[in-house]
Amino acid sequence: MRSKLRYVYDHYRFLILRRALQLGILLLFFGANAWGWRLLVGDLSSSRILNAVPLADPLAVLQLLLAGGALAGEVLVGALIVLVAYALIGRAFCSWVCPVNLITDLAEWARKRLGFREPPLMYLNRNLRYVVLAMVLLLSLALSLPVFEFVSPIGAAARGVAFGMGMGWALLLAIFLFDLFVVRHGYCGHICPLGAFYSLTSRFRRVRVRHEKDNCTLCGLCFNACPEPHVLGLVGKHDGTVNNPECTNCFRCVEVCDDDALFVSLSGGWSK
Amino acid sequence: MAEVDETRRRMIFRTLQGVTLTAVGGAFWAGFVHENAQADLVLRPPGARPEDDFLATCIRCGLCVADCPYDTLKLGAYGDDVPVGTPFFEPRKVPCYLCEDIPCAAACPTGALDLLSLTDEEGELDVSRSRMGVAVVDYNNCIAARGLRCDACVRACPYIGDAIFVDTRRNPRTGKHAMLVPVVDADYCTGCGLCEHACVTEEPTIIVLPREVALGKAGEHYDLPAPDFTPEVPENEI
Repeated sequence: MRSKLRYVYDHYRFLILRRALQLGILLLFFGANAWGWRLLVGDLSSSRILNAVPLADPLAVLQLLLAGGALAGEVLVGALIVLVAYALIGRAFCSWVCPVNLITDLAEWARKRLGFREPPLMYLNRNLRYVVLAMVLLLSLALSLPVFEFVSPIGAAARGVAFGMGMGWALLLAIFLFDLFVVRHGYCGHICPLGAFYSLTSRFRRVRVRHEKDNCTLCGLCFNACPEPHVLGLVGKHDGTVNNPECTNCFRCVEVCDDDALFVSLSGGWSK
Repeated sequence: MAEVDETRRRMIFRTLQGVTLTAVGGAFWAGFVHENAQADLVLRPPGARPEDDFLATCIRCGLCVADCPYDTLKLGAYGDDVPVGTPFFEPRKVPCYLCEDIPCAAACPTGALDLLSLTDEEGELDVSRSRMGVAVVDYNNCIAARGLRCDACVRACPYIGDAIFVDTRRNPRTGKHAMLVPVVDADYCTGCGLCEHACVTEEPTIIVLPREVALGKAGEHYDLPAPDFTPEVPENEI
């Protein structure tokens, strides 16, 4: 029993925390609208903690600014808080907060359970997301509308849980099927402009995964678990931290590593 | 024949590939967004900026919806005929009860619901300044305009006598009864929809429409006095 707990702790501690946070946030949003809870009101585009601390999606705010919206100060403060937080802890929104991660990780889990080893149905460049991000900004400026907010599956999921899903489930199902059958890690790893945005803003993050080459047995478990495996280029090659800002700091690699070769590094300093 | 610079040719071709993909994708995206944003008959919460401004300012967080004590406000979901994620209400289902503290507008973090437009000269909140829409009567089907004694919409109006009143007329069919015809004054109507909610007909014969849809504009060059809808009732007909 004790060793079983030990095993779960060693291999799933971050995963359990992430799922608890992702689902907890959705529960708080739902409870706020349905039962009047006041701990966290709103949705992932903007919310308020205890009716006091504002939070806002910095990319949504950027789109509104480009669209020419005369924004009040509160939402700007909220966006700044979120921007600074993720600048410090990295692109953790994607793996610790975003509800779409629940769906795409489910697709990845299903892929592994079903033993899919087919080559992708189409090739997508991982840099496509930066093109999508540029399109978001340009189209918001051109149409005077926050264009990603009209199609965002993140918004559809969080808003849907809190305020009513409508046909939004179809968009989420489409992403699940796309990730499952068309391109592995298709949406989060290739398309999502919010992930691209947080990759750009977390270049100087203070939380990174650290690798110790001497403990590494080159088993490949970390590569298999990682949703952005190209960030693990240093594994097996040299000591150092994962410096590619496309790392979502999900820490799955740290959990699955049985060789004490990967760690969470809070020191903030980064080495080669 | 000139030698072909393969690298250059390849680079130009790759660039054109990217530009084409971006342009085609962008056109579809822009088309969907533009289409989704065209919802002319949506009623917005109190203090909402003009629709174009509103769509460029609302972040779709639902804080107004969460703070609405009557569950009047909803957020548009995919499949509703509403720009996705933006707040709206349907008065036939639940009207706006015009809370004096205007919690929806007070909760708005972006100013898409502009509390300043709902504040009087002394700095007090004044919800009667809301202009969510304007009530329009279908006189062909309103049972009061056809001689039945109904004033449900007039009684439901929080600004009875200003925003809506009864125009009493002789009923020409019977020759001896009054007709209680409801008349709306758009200068005072907030568009809360309490009238539409109260209307007793099968489909409401008084409905709230967005002001841009229902109201015209005379033009700046007319210098006319403000309309006075107060009915003139001869003494002997009261």
